[in-house]
Parts: sequence; structure tokens; C-alpha cells
Amino acid sequence: MTAPARPLQGKLLNPFIKFMFFLWAVGTAAGLVRFTQGLGAATAMNDGYPWGLWIAFDVVVGTGLACGGYALALVVFVLNRGRYHPLVRPALLTSGLGYGVAGVAVAFDLGRYWNMWKIPVMFWTWNGSSVLLEVALCMMAYVLVLFLELSPAWLEGLSASQNPARAAWARRWLPRAERALPFIVALGLVLPTMHQSSLGSLMLIAGSKLHPLWYTGLLPLLFLVSAFGMGYAVLFFESIFSSSAFGRPLETRMLASLGRFVAGVIVAFLVIRFGSLLLGGKLGYTLSSGRHSFYFWAENLALLAGAVLFMKQGTHGRADQQLQAALLSIGGAALYRLDVFLVGFMPGPGWRYFPSVGEILVTLGLIATETVIYVVVVRKFPILAGVTLAPRREVPAGLKQGATP
Amino acid sequence: MPHAVVAEASEPSALSRRDFVKVCSAAAAAVGLPAWAGEKMADNVAKGKKPSVIWLHYQECTGCTESLLRASAPGVGELILDLISLDYHETLAAAAGYQVEAALEKTMKENAGKYVLVIEGAIPLKDDGIYCYVGGQKAIDTVKRVAEKAAAIVAIGSCASWGGVPSASPNPTGAAGAPEALKGKTVVTLPGCPANPYNLLGTVLQFATFGTLPALDEKGRPKFAYGRVIHDDCPRRAHFDNGRFAQAFGDEGHRNGWCLYKLGCKGPQTHANCSLLHYCEVPGAWPIGIGHPCIGCTEQGIAFNVPIHQNMPIDRPTAPMAYPGVNPPQGKQSLIAVGLAGLVVGAAAGAGYVASKKLAVPPGEGPKEG
Amino acid sequence: MTVTRRHALQVLGTAACAAAVAPAVAEARAVKASNPDDIGLLFDATRCVGCRACATACRNANKTSATPASVNGGVYDAPLDLNGNTLTVIKQWDAGGKAGFVKAQCMHCADPACVSVCMMGALHKEARGVVAYDVERCVGCRYCQVACPFNVPRFQWESATPRIAKCELCRERPGNKGPACAEVCPRGAVITGRRTELLAEAKRRLAATPSAYQGGVYGETEVGGTACLYLSPVGFDALGLPRLGTEPAPALVETVQHGLYQGFIAPVALYGVLAIVTWKNHRSASAGEEDAP
Repeated sequence: MTAPARPLQGKLLNPFIKFMFFLWAVGTAAGLVRFTQGLGAATAMNDGYPWGLWIAFDVVVGTGLACGGYALALVVFVLNRGRYHPLVRPALLTSGLGYGVAGVAVAFDLGRYWNMWKIPVMFWTWNGSSVLLEVALCMMAYVLVLFLELSPAWLEGLSASQNPARAAWARRWLPRAERALPFIVALGLVLPTMHQSSLGSLMLIAGSKLHPLWYTGLLPLLFLVSAFGMGYAVLFFESIFSSSAFGRPLETRMLASLGRFVAGVIVAFLVIRFGSLLLGGKLGYTLSSGRHSFYFWAENLALLAGAVLFMKQGTHGRADQQLQAALLSIGGAALYRLDVFLVGFMPGPGWRYFPSVGEILVTLGLIATETVIYVVVVRKFPILAGVTLAPRREVPAGLKQGATP
Repeated sequence: MPHAVVAEASEPSALSRRDFVKVCSAAAAAVGLPAWAGEKMADNVAKGKKPSVIWLHYQECTGCTESLLRASAPGVGELILDLISLDYHETLAAAAGYQVEAALEKTMKENAGKYVLVIEGAIPLKDDGIYCYVGGQKAIDTVKRVAEKAAAIVAIGSCASWGGVPSASPNPTGAAGAPEALKGKTVVTLPGCPANPYNLLGTVLQFATFGTLPALDEKGRPKFAYGRVIHDDCPRRAHFDNGRFAQAFGDEGHRNGWCLYKLGCKGPQTHANCSLLHYCEVPGAWPIGIGHPCIGCTEQGIAFNVPIHQNMPIDRPTAPMAYPGVNPPQGKQSLIAVGLAGLVVGAAAGAGYVASKKLAVPPGEGPKEG
Repeated sequence: MTVTRRHALQVLGTAACAAAVAPAVAEARAVKASNPDDIGLLFDATRCVGCRACATACRNANKTSATPASVNGGVYDAPLDLNGNTLTVIKQWDAGGKAGFVKAQCMHCADPACVSVCMMGALHKEARGVVAYDVERCVGCRYCQVACPFNVPRFQWESATPRIAKCELCRERPGNKGPACAEVCPRGAVITGRRTELLAEAKRRLAATPSAYQGGVYGETEVGGTACLYLSPVGFDALGLPRLGTEPAPALVETVQHGLYQGFIAPVALYGVLAIVTWKNHRSASAGEEDAP
């Protein structure tokens, strides 16, 4: 019913990838400083701002951006909109990479990272009231689930392997993976619902230190809805990016039909956002908080603009507007999350924080790594649909690629 | 018995018990013993339990004895006639020659195991100790012989404690303190040049009254006197803490009584109680009190080794009095980081804008790979 | 394919309800009050003379190392604030002509935010209300620092093997002698004892010389009550003590979380619904595919 996904093939090294390797090297150097000299040497984090760029951006924004798989799984598998199926695999891949990067960022950020293994293992020490514990366990489980959700893709990739034993193994497991998929997908929906909302709950306890523009009991709901918004917006971005980068045809029409739905999600977010301020009697802060007011309007106006552009897709789809809408929505929602964790976080007079060069370099290095892995995987495994330019390899007889046998 | 050998200047006066208890109490108070210790001391003396003291002099200047002579509460007369029985002391003895040496032998025999041995002066150990003879005996031989049957051994002054002036480089006679000469024996050391007489009085009177020695540190120094450094209790400490230093002798800071650390004061390294207990009840009678830096006379390795006006690192530094505000500024912001962040965000926004403009071209001329 | 908005709203609604409605329905969480046996400190800012004997005693009792000159603006061991090696610090306040000193250390909340958020219970309540730290269970996530309304837990930023540092009321001091700071204070500016007795003493002082104090007892009701109490001759703002409500910091979030995850019923139910829907859709989609040519 749809064009099957195929490996892109093609050359791996080009100037862009070389630049990514450079960023990776610089980030690794900064990471070396962090692991040998302590967090204070590489980061600007301090006792007032114990969470900096790595948590606020790499983890909180990063996993929000990695919600494409989550958001799309909802549309495709639950709302049964099969025509978006070609978007699923790339979305799951970027989700997996996004969560993987978040996991690495956490390892960089944890002061006593060598104790990390204790979190999933030492269950008798679990503190049930810790939101962070729930987030940590959920995220760990979700990375596994994403890997399983992608199992048809990598099993297909393996079944084309030169090694006959490996190919046979993959061919045997492929149908089983397909049968188990619905139950894995459902898990892949529940886990993000839990931890994406809990990312918002994380800051509920810091109520006395969070600016009133961002502090609301609805933080979990706002984070959940923003996860959807970011997830869909990233689908747009990624589809357009992979089209222009790999010469695939644009999926403008398919995306356009999703536009109104995305706009609705963003509007829902804005309604909850302003509604909670209105009910809390805090609308005045939107104008009277100086720097904070600026950030507040920046995030909300970007989201509003994104919503308007998404809404327009319903009447006539245009790729440039889709990209703009996606970028505006991503920017707005990312800023919202950054604001909750950094800009709106006010530990008290005297404290200040701005990410250090080291933190920025490590973040860039992680993004570069993510990009390189993405490029390598889409070239080696059947992720992207509608691939025409890359040379094809013969598919072994008896295997129908990209579909259920 | 005891009165036979003391100087004629200190004729025993007929004291009432009341006066005697006063003397004992004053002596007890001067060295930090409780008031009832004075009474107990008086009782001991009345029962004829005055401790016998043998005082040996070797390589020294007799300054410690001189400073003891100038103590007044109790005066040396009361001390050696009423409180203790000073049976052998080369400087204070009226007798001389064979007569006084015989007194030494007699005291040692009669009070074996009960007398107190006070050593003043260093003992030369080089070349088998030939550099100091008293009464035809080598210092090291006599000191070992007398120490054998002593109930307590006190080394007074830096010379007896660790060598003092005679041991200064190049130390041609191998002068050493009593603890080194009498290895294996407990020697109470009272370094100082001279030693503060009250530290001796305190030690001897405690022994006389209670039969015990004060708590000692690892160098044998009584903790009550040598537990802290001069700097800890210096009257000029406030100037040190506030950074007010005399820069040269006679300058404004010096005339105003500021800290002498920059002039080479060894107070921060020197364990002694001079800053609390001045010499001979004369207020301010100690080096820093008269405007001179402490020379560290009690400290082995400093006195007679480090130049008097050379200043030294602080032994146990303490933090200055400085307070943060209730909300001190904390956290750092680097302009380079701000610039880098601006660059990254700008590049991302710019790339997004350019990409969207490229997409706006009619289909068919879409972006190329690469 | 025609189930567009309606279907979408149904499913989204499920998630939204789980997130938004459940906490409202859930019962409010029971407030953890302090026990009569809990120990604490009472600091009286009218008595402190800033001698910092407490800070020195704290260093000795807890064997913390001096603050190097690099972290505090070039002055040796003059910590600007609590830090990874400093569990208590004396700060100077200045309130329009009046000046004095204030001691900072862990407040030992009856219902501490740090304990509520700590993933594996590295921070936990010990006997007698002491908020204690177990380094073996700490991963260094620093959520305690984010959560604490007083910014008390501190992290060893300079170390490659860091830990959290905070006052534990000298719980590991040999001989069960209680906090060292209170032991050495020459003015009785900081005293230790049972919280109930300290509170009574604070009230007694307030009643004896009401004109000497302002603002009652800080810590009596703040964030559900703290074991460390403050008296001040000026407003508590001037002392750098934050204005906080009487509700414990963990109250709201624990109500929300316990509401959402009570017995894990909501997540399991959501999973069940989603699994059935997905499975049905998947089956029909597969069937459709097989029918196709």
C-alpha cells in the first residue's frame, strides 16, 4: 500500500559528516575535562543552579524532540491512520537516538555516575515518591521499547546480511517481532505518557524557586501536551530534512493532512497555559516580569505562529511553510521547557548561571554523534521510504521487504 | 639538714602557719594550681615532706637560675627554704669544692628515689663527653648517675631541653639536651631562654604537693605552659588579623604597637606561654611586650638557627575574620560561552530560514543531495 | 480513515484525564509532622557575635577540609556560603543601620523535599528527625539541590568523585554528643535540644522581651515545620531566609504522583486500552494488506 522502506546506501563521508566528527572530537575533549577534573571544571553549574544545559536541553528538550515516535505511534496505531506509516520508522529511529543522547547526557551530568547501575537494580531502595526515579526507570525502559519497536527494521536489515546464519536468524524472528508489535507499541505509548508528564512534575517540588509564570499544578499536563507538539513538529522537520539531504521526494501532501491536527495540539497547549495563568490570577506577570516576560512571550508567540502555519496546511500544503511551522513550534516548545528548568528557575538572590563553553561543546558533540548515527543507519537499514536515487541491492528471494509476510 | 648549704642571704624567718599558708597559696595561684593546693602544700611541709632538689649546671649561662632568683611569688628565699629543700645548687650553694660535692653524695644517698633532679645547661656528648667536667667528673657521667635515683627529672631552659645555644651550628662539642642524654627516662623539659621561672615552680610545686607531674606533650613539655603558640594568645593578635604590621623598627606601626610578624616574629611557631605569663610579675616583661619580635627561644630548630629578624610561615594558619553577605553573588558567566551560544542558536535559526526559503522554489528544482 | 477529530479527542482525552483529573480526585497526602523526640537547633540572631566558633567546631567535628581560596574570591577558608566542604557558615546581615550575624545550615525539615525526591533514599530521615545522607546510594543527580527551598544540600563541584554535603546534626560524632556548633557557642546563640523544648524556649524569649524580636519563630510552621528554628531582631528577609508557606514542599507533587500512580492502576489500565486498540488496528491493517494485490 505504501512505498517500502529501503536502505539509502551511498557514501558515508562527506564534508558535513566530517564537520560532525570535528564537533564530536571537541565535545569529547570537554567531556574528558569533566570526568577528570569534576563537573565544576567543565560546567558553569553551581549549587544554586544544580541542573544546567545538559539536563534542561539534552534531556528535557531532547527527549521532547524525541517524541516523534510516540506522537506518530498514537496516530498510526491507535487512531489507525495507516497512510502515515512511512513516517514511523524514521520517527522511531530519531526517538531512539534522542533518548540515547539523553542517556549519555545524564551519564555526563551525574556526579556519581558509577552508581547509575544501582537505579534499575537495587529496587529495594527505590523511593516511591521520587519523580526523578520514575522518569529514570521509564526512560531506561523506553529506550529498550524503542529498540524493539524498530525490530522489524533491523531484522529486515539483518536478513539481507551476507552471513547466512545471521540472515536465517533474522528471517525466523521477523514474523514474531511483527506479531508482538502491537503490545510493544502500546508500551511505547504508556511509557512516554508517564515520563514526559513527569518531566513537568519534576519541577513541582521546586515551587518556591520557580517563577510564577511557569509554576502551575498543571506542569505535568503541559509537558505531556508539549511532548506531542514537539513530536509532530519534529516529524515535519525530519521528513523535510531527510528529503532535502538524501534527495527523496518531499512528503508535503502527507504532512499537510496532519497539519490541522498538530495545530490543534499546540492550541490546546496554549489554552491550558493561559487558562492556568488566568485561573491562578497570574496574567499580570506576563507583562510585569521583565526578562521573564520576554521569554514567556517568545515561547508562546513562536508556538502561536507555528500553530497558524500548521493550520494553513489544511487548505494548501507548502513545504517551506511546513518547515517554518515545524521550526517555530519546536523552538517555542523547546524554549518553554528550557524556561521551566533554567530561565524561570530562581534559586535566590545572588545566584546566576549561563552554560559554559564546555557544556555547549558537549551538547554539540552529542547532537553531532546523533546525526552521524542517523545518517549511517538510514544508509544501512531500511528506514526511509520512497528512496529512489541510491543504488539498490538485490533482496534475497522469498522475502517481501517492508511488509508483513 | 637542708639549711646548711643555702646562701646566707636567705635566712629562714620564723613564719606563722597563717603566713606560711599565704605563701603556699600565692605560689599555688601563681602557677595555676587551685587555692586548696596551697593548704595541702603547707601541710606537707609541716609534716617534713619538703622535696629534696638537686640542681646540676652544665653548658649554659645560668640565665635560668638568674630569672628564678627574680621571681617574687614565692620569692626564691621562700621557695628554697620553705617549700623545697634545695640540697645541691652550684650557684646558690654557700659551700664550695669537696664540701659541696659531698653534699651531693649525701643527698643522693639519703633521698634515693625521692629527690627531684633539675638540669640546667646542655650536656656535650661528642668525643665521649670530654668537653665539660665538674668536680673532676664528666657531665654525662654525673647526670646519668644522679638521674638513676631521681623521682623526677626536670630540664630547665632551652640548653637542657634540646641543646640551646651550645648546640648551635656547628655544635663543636656535640651539645645535647637532657632528653637525649638520658634516653628512656621521662624528662620534663621547660625550654626558654631563659625559661619562665613559673613554669618550673608550677611543675615542682605540683610534684611537691601531689607527687605527680603535669600532662606533657611529645617533647616532654608541660601542656599547661607549652600547649599553645605565642601567636594564639598574643596581645597584638588583633593587629595581625586586621593586617596592621610594623614594617620597620621605629616606624609608625611599631610605635603604635602593631603586629611584629613582618619584623621576624616567631610567635606563630613558638610554643610557650610568655604572652600570658610575663617574666617576674613585671607587666610587659617579655620580648613582644617591649616591642621586639619573639625569637622563638623555646623552639628547637628556630632559636639560634633561624636569623632573629627573618620571618617564617605560620604554623597553624587560622582563617581571618571575614563574613559573606546573606546572599553573596555566586556562579560564573563567561562571555565566550554567551557568544558561542548566540552563534549556535543564530546558526540554527538562520539555517532553518534559508532552508525554508529554498523549499519555496517551484517543484522540480528541489534541493540536491549533499 | 474517517475517524478524524472525534477519535483523536477520545484518545487524547484519556491521557489528559489521567494527567489532570486523577490528582484532583486523589486524597490529599498526609502531612509528615515532627516527632516530639526530634532534635534541632535554635539560633538567636540577637545573641550571635560572629566569632565563628561554630564553623570551626563544625570543621573539626565533621573533618571537613578548609575551603580553598579559589572558590571564594581569593580568601583562604572564608566560604561565601555553604559548599561541598562547609556544613555551616556565619553570614553578616545588614538591615538599615542594624547589623548582625546569621548561621546557615540544614533546617532539618519535618517533611523534607530532599528526602521526597531522592531516588534511592541517599537522603533519608534518621532517628530523632535528622535528615541524613548515605553516599553509597547517591548517584549525584542533584535533584535534592533543585528541590530544597533553602538551597542547603551542596555538591562537590571541584571533585571528580563528588558527594553531597549537608549538616547531619553531627549524627556520626563519637559519644552521641550532639551538634558541635551548639556545644562551643560562647553566647548561647545556637543551642540544641528537642525541637519541642527549643520552640518553647524561643516562645519564652519572645514573651520575655517582645521588643527585641521581629516576626516570631522562623521554622515553626515554614514548609510544615523545621527542626532548626530562628529568632531575629529584624525581618527574616534580611537574614536571607526565604518566605515560604506552611505547606510542606513535597505535598503537591506527592499528591499528584500518588494520585496518578496509586497502585499503578492508571498506567496499567492505559496500557490495556492502548494494547487492545493497537492490536485490533494492526490486525485489520495486516488483513487489508494481505488482501491487496
